[in-house]
Amino acid sequence: MAKSIKLRAKSKKGVVTVKCLMNHPMETGLRKDKKTGKMIPAHHIQEVTAKAGDKTVLDAVWGGAISKNPYLSFKFNGAKGEAITLSWVDNKGNSDSVTGKVK
Amino acid sequence: MNRRTLLKRTLAVSAVSVAASAGLLAPGQALAAYPTAAFEAKDSAAALSAALGSGSYEHSDDIKIKAPDIAENGSVVPVTISSGMSGVESISLLSESNNSPLVASFNLNGSIAYVSTRIKMGKTGNVLAVVKAGGKLYANKKEVKVTIGGCGG
Repeated sequence: MAKSIKLRAKSKKGVVTVKCLMNHPMETGLRKDKKTGKMIPAHHIQEVTAKAGDKTVLDAVWGGAISKNPYLSFKFNGAKGEAITLSWVDNKGNSDSVTGKVK
Repeated sequence: MNRRTLLKRTLAVSAVSVAASAGLLAPGQALAAYPTAAFEAKDSAAALSAALGSGSYEHSDDIKIKAPDIAENGSVVPVTISSGMSGVESISLLSESNNSPLVASFNLNGSIAYVSTRIKMGKTGNVLAVVKAGGKLYANKKEVKVTIGGCGG
């Protein structure tokens, strides 16, 4: 599951805007497979954490109602050159993380 | 404020203070466990009390929700929430018409009150943004008309 996250962070006047896209099916568990008639089991991201250096700047809990291949954008007070790490964990225990630099 | 909401709030506040005194809510700590109950709750008040400790909130126009008036495809509804309030601790996003209304909850840890993402909406309904600032809950809502539902299919 490597490189499932695209991350871009830009700094403007001390405010860092982070935009990221993750690759994930985000199944709610409420959908039926049209061919077999069986329910598709839930498979979605549960936790997202973003860190700037060692400091957590955002941690989120998500339900299945976030769209497929989720997009997330947020802002925090930071400077150019900071390392930013974004990671997610889904309900099947899979996880991925990516580290980028604030531009 | 009537007696019922007062009671609810007092209970919620005392529960939080108990948790804080037990060291469960150490600041800066990541969320201890995934709040399954909050995401399974069937109405927004129950989801809010499971996620944030209180189901009641005050309306605030200081919370801005940017979402389309009409969403053609309910499985991808872009929503942006921002607030000019100070001391915002968390932002929660709910879609009131969904089977389980709670969509996501963002713990800001001192970041700027701005979150943007894309959500699924089963049918036309209100997008509810709940902001926790200074221990109190404030909310604003916006109706989004959905022409094709995005839950189930």
